[in-house]
Amino acid sequence: MLEVCNIDTRYGKVQALWDICLEVNQAEIVALVGSNGAGKTTLVNTISGVLRPAAGSILFQSERIDSLPSHAIVELGISHVPQGGKVFPDMNVRENLEMGSYPIHAWKQKAETFEQVYQLFPRLKERRNQLARTLSGGEHQMLAIGRALMSKPKLCIFDEPSYGLAPLLVKEMFRIIQNLREQGITILLIEQNVHRALEIADRAYVLENGRLNLQGNSDELLQSDHVRKAYLGL
Amino acid sequence: MPILEGQGVTKYFGGLAAVSDIDFHVDQGEIVGLIGPNGAGKTTLFGLISAAHVPKPGVIKFKGENITGLKPHQICRQGLARTFQSVKIFPNMPVISNVALGVHFGNSGQVTSSQAAEKAAKLLEFVGLLEMAATPAKDLTLVNQKLVEVARALATNPEVLLLDEIMAGLNSTEIALAMELVSKIRSQGITIFMIEHVMKAIMSVCDRIMVLHHGKKIAEGTPQEIATSKKVIEVYLGE
Amino acid sequence: MNKLPSISNNFQVRGIVLLIGLIILFTLPFYTPIYTSIFLSAIFMYIVLTSSWAMFSGPTGQISLATAAFFGVGIYIAATLGNKMPLPVLVLIGGLGSAGLALLVGSLTLRLKGVYFTIFTFGLLELMKFLLLWFEITFTGTRGRFVVVVDYKTVYFIMLVILVLTLLTSYLIRRSKYGLALQGIGEQEEAAEHIGINVTLLKVATFGISAFFMGATGAVMATRWTYVDPYIAFNMNYSFTPVLMAIFGGLGQFFGPILGAIIFAYLEEILITQFPYYYMLLFGIVMVVSVLYLPNGLAGLVQKWRSREAGGEHAHS
Repeated sequence: MLEVCNIDTRYGKVQALWDICLEVNQAEIVALVGSNGAGKTTLVNTISGVLRPAAGSILFQSERIDSLPSHAIVELGISHVPQGGKVFPDMNVRENLEMGSYPIHAWKQKAETFEQVYQLFPRLKERRNQLARTLSGGEHQMLAIGRALMSKPKLCIFDEPSYGLAPLLVKEMFRIIQNLREQGITILLIEQNVHRALEIADRAYVLENGRLNLQGNSDELLQSDHVRKAYLGL
Repeated sequence: MPILEGQGVTKYFGGLAAVSDIDFHVDQGEIVGLIGPNGAGKTTLFGLISAAHVPKPGVIKFKGENITGLKPHQICRQGLARTFQSVKIFPNMPVISNVALGVHFGNSGQVTSSQAAEKAAKLLEFVGLLEMAATPAKDLTLVNQKLVEVARALATNPEVLLLDEIMAGLNSTEIALAMELVSKIRSQGITIFMIEHVMKAIMSVCDRIMVLHHGKKIAEGTPQEIATSKKVIEVYLGE
Repeated sequence: MNKLPSISNNFQVRGIVLLIGLIILFTLPFYTPIYTSIFLSAIFMYIVLTSSWAMFSGPTGQISLATAAFFGVGIYIAATLGNKMPLPVLVLIGGLGSAGLALLVGSLTLRLKGVYFTIFTFGLLELMKFLLLWFEITFTGTRGRFVVVVDYKTVYFIMLVILVLTLLTSYLIRRSKYGLALQGIGEQEEAAEHIGINVTLLKVATFGISAFFMGATGAVMATRWTYVDPYIAFNMNYSFTPVLMAIFGGLGQFFGPILGAIIFAYLEEILITQFPYYYMLLFGIVMVVSVLYLPNGLAGLVQKWRSREAGGEHAHS
């Protein structure tokens, strides 16, 4: 579904990514792991159009998207939840979610999608008239994910969805992610909690210093010595 | 006498009670953890202690003195520092200036520029960021930005340090390092009150843990007691 | 790394150049035509207004449009007390009067955020204008007053002294911990408050200091207008122009506002005399072009050129 080939990305003159290749197939959950500063956020920002690659190509359902602006990429069906889940602070929860349905195909099914999202996140339904600014950190996260779902995406990119969530909610979050896959949404997941990420993902890529270091099935990676030492603290 | 305590601390935002009738205390030299579901009022409580908000009603005492109603900078000068859940470094300044500002205006009295720079460098070394001293803070990774915040808070020469979710977003290795840092800070004589969701860290580093839920304190005790409390498991830990 | 020994970075050489420049400026009226002194006085005036505006609004990012109000207070004090006191005393009173006003207004309004603060400062200008009009109509029965004529040489010297003091103050603040604190306030006010910076005090104090120089300038330049009334003294041009000059010059560097003021004031003088009907249009075009292509102002351009000279690209870490 998503093919990333030989991507280089730069910030001004500083190169952040070297020759990255990855692919995500339909209905997969693919995890992207690596320490802070390895380039994971840079990579997904390149995919979703926030950053332009200096070299290489990105294909989504066989169409090239690497030179498209972000809003066009959303229209094609990729939804990106940034790290920290940026919400619109002065709008209330309901309005934030509504903003997610901006793409045309999603707008028509707004009412239905609202119901689905409220079912997934009952806390959001409770606070639907509350200003986003007044929500707690974890509630921001839920809201951002809910908003991403409102655009009826084919591919969801989550950048650290469990960031700042209470343990109970972290379990919830990963359950929701698996649920989403069952509903047919493909998922690319960045996650610091490597153990959990490898538990629910089918495959994973390990980024280090802007380069792809390892890739493979999650089971294999869970067994890998390097991964265990560097990321699982074992 | 606890170095930090609160009685009947309450705060309403709009019609909603973010924090409701909380009594708490932290003793000198302790590391106390503050946990609870998202939206339970943890960061709000920190805000009330650091005077970002004023409790209404409620009283907060620091070293036995009533600090309710003081301004944040006054509270800092008394010896209480904090970090922020959403990192609030000075993005366009080099890392060392971020920390030096803390030395200049904190609890250290009058300091010359070179003294401030020296202390700032020492603190950067303490948290492991000395080589990034000249980098603009906005160019650092999130994790390192959190460390800058910690260094900056320490620069104000506090007796009590409030840490707000410094471990969010860290992988296991980084969490271990952070826990070490917290212990190092305590061994310098600084009392620590920390909000965290990373259970492994809280359980191993804290002497005592407080649990908030819907703005109220629902449990308090040793890590053992909290980990086995039915209420806490139901509301927060799961499994 | 390639470190080209750049003469301009040598501290001593800089000091000597500065001294020579000052000596030239101080002795200028003795060997140049009258017009030069008058022209330069105007340029000094703009440099002071721009620099003192940038003293507060630069680091904190709170754009004040009250410059003309403080300037006008100085003008009016000189006009009112002109025949009763020597000029240096008037300048001092003008400065203190404006500073007082700034401290009062500042303590009431500096907690306003962003555009609300800006609008309020603009309102202050209008408020002063109408307050004085009302006062004159009600109490003195006159409208406006004639300004005591002061000879151009005195104006020049006093203006030069004010210029030197303003730039010195601005430089010292910028280099001190207070300058750093102001920058911190501008970047992240809540954090600044929490590390012990008394944000309100620092903002109000800096606002007051900047207003002092604006008022002092008004008092000495009042003689430019032989007759002033509230409309003439409180002219919004003197609120907007310093902002434009500072942004054009670049707020990131100390010399930015100075550069912007010199170029713009010079341009204005030239354009007014040669293209009296078109100068506003040309002005506007220059502004638009510079905002589009010089986001950090001229000073930003100079910095880029300098760092390229100093040895190539610096990577972020």
